[in-house]
Amino acid sequence: MSTFYFIAFLSIFFSILVISAKNPVHSILYLVLTFFMFTIQYILLNAQFLAIVNFIVYMGAILVLFLYTLMLINLNKESEPIKPFMVKAAGVVGGGILIVALVASLKSMGVSNPVVLKDPGLGLVKNLGKVLFNEFLLPFEVSSILLLSAMVGAVLLATKDPKAA
Amino acid sequence: MESLINTIHAVPLNHYILLSTIIFSIGVIGVLIRRNAIVIFMSVELMLNAVNLLLTAFSVYRGDASGQVFVFFIMALAAAEVAVGLAIIVMIYRNTNSIDINVLNRLKW
Repeated sequence: MSTFYFIAFLSIFFSILVISAKNPVHSILYLVLTFFMFTIQYILLNAQFLAIVNFIVYMGAILVLFLYTLMLINLNKESEPIKPFMVKAAGVVGGGILIVALVASLKSMGVSNPVVLKDPGLGLVKNLGKVLFNEFLLPFEVSSILLLSAMVGAVLLATKDPKAA
Repeated sequence: MESLINTIHAVPLNHYILLSTIIFSIGVIGVLIRRNAIVIFMSVELMLNAVNLLLTAFSVYRGDASGQVFVFFIMALAAAEVAVGLAIIVMIYRNTNSIDINVLNRLKW
């Protein structure tokens, strides 16, 4: 039980560091740590398939993509945008009001039952595969078309020469 | 493995909702206060992950596998979104030599 609270605290801590780090590269590295905390949460929930997919897709693929792009566009100190303090304060206050509103709406809900694993095999690959390829076969195939079109679109966008246009 | 599963037994569902709420709001704040387009994208990823965790917790709570399948689809969607979005950011950088979103305020009108 205390593991959950420790991991929850760490994930909140690292996600605050993500948005407050000055250097974008540090921001990405803190994002890796945040996603690692999420992977641990999935393991604690016995969702092993999601833990592995989160590890491979988010921590492996997406963050490498972020890091590559950041190094490709070669930011330096002069090009780092500076935001006026008032705008930052307004953003923090707005987000803080969102937190307060959501937490206050949760307050009236009362304490719910604890999360108990009714079926220990729920998150295993075998069980999820059965659900995925029976009930969700059409969305699965559509998502493959989505990934293909995203890949073609990314290649088309990134290889266009602005001088020729 | 059994002892690992037993660790979650005493955590109420409220606390999962609370954790997801806080991380989602941190993502919203990140979108509002940063001007670097890549950091804004990372805040969007943070929001997507908060929702993923909540869906997984609900799925385990209800004993229904559909929630975890939705998380899988959200991950596929996020991968596609990041690929296209980062390509657009590279295009913007080539055209304007900056990824400050204030340069793009012509899109406002």
